[in-house]
Amino acid sequence: MMDFIVIPILALLAATAVTVARIRNLWAAVMFTGIYSFLSASWMLILDAPDVAFTEAAVGAGITTILMLATLSLTPRRHRKSGRLSSEDFEERPSKSPLFPLLIVTITGCALVYGTFDMPHFGDPNAPIQVYPEPSFVEKSQPDMHGLPNVVTAVLASYRGYDTLGETAVIFTAGIAVLLILRKNTDDKDGSESQAVTGENV
Amino acid sequence: MDLLLAATEANESFNNYELVVTSVAILVTMILALIRAMLGPTVFDRVLALNMFGTKTVLLICVIGFLTKRTDFLDLALLYSLMNFIGMVALLRFSEYGSFREEGAEIGSSAKL
Repeated sequence: MMDFIVIPILALLAATAVTVARIRNLWAAVMFTGIYSFLSASWMLILDAPDVAFTEAAVGAGITTILMLATLSLTPRRHRKSGRLSSEDFEERPSKSPLFPLLIVTITGCALVYGTFDMPHFGDPNAPIQVYPEPSFVEKSQPDMHGLPNVVTAVLASYRGYDTLGETAVIFTAGIAVLLILRKNTDDKDGSESQAVTGENV
Repeated sequence: MDLLLAATEANESFNNYELVVTSVAILVTMILALIRAMLGPTVFDRVLALNMFGTKTVLLICVIGFLTKRTDFLDLALLYSLMNFIGMVALLRFSEYGSFREEGAEIGSSAKL
């Protein structure tokens, strides 16, 4: 029933991926990865995975775009023609023939598609994901969680609550460490100026 | 009673038909926006196309939510519009100043004032 939406979305995904690979302007490529994230998130939503779509939209479309742009602002935006590195390092086109990589990619793709034949059909009630660890999660989670409708949230936040707490602590610590490493070191050099700047910002 | 049931069924199918047409129209708009983003000679063509693409994604999610009778998708649409806004601000800021550093912010605030 949703085919008339799914097929155009998948076609748009393929078109966006080809554009990202072919475009030479890195700024536009970052923009197209944002479009790709939006499209794949909508597709995941149609596949009934709203939590994955949520993550994809927040991380893929939001944070990754900003991180990529921040990286671009720290690196030269165009291919460097001259400089310390020789110009051959930044040739626009690879000099070797693309046939061998194309062959490897095709073989790998065929192997992956062959691997999917062993997977259970989409929505199969006898698939391992439905019968393991226990279908009783689906039955018991609602009374256990006082009527929380989403089983994934119940498992993540309650049955596996300490695990999630540990994960959150690890990610929080990593974020603090990255921020401490990346911040500007102006405090030691000229403290008065940086104080004035922060005063202005406040 | 049968007449009432038939009427509600007809109404539902009409609603479905409406939603299907709406989603097809949104998909066509998305394709057009993507073409503009691919062709777009200037930065602003691409920014406009991306912004429109994000808006159409939000609309498509809303329509899918009503089509599948799962209106809790509307929360996701809300998040998508937020992400669209943040990404747009970041893109425009980068294309204006070329960086996210503090100097850029100072220049920006003084220019606005």
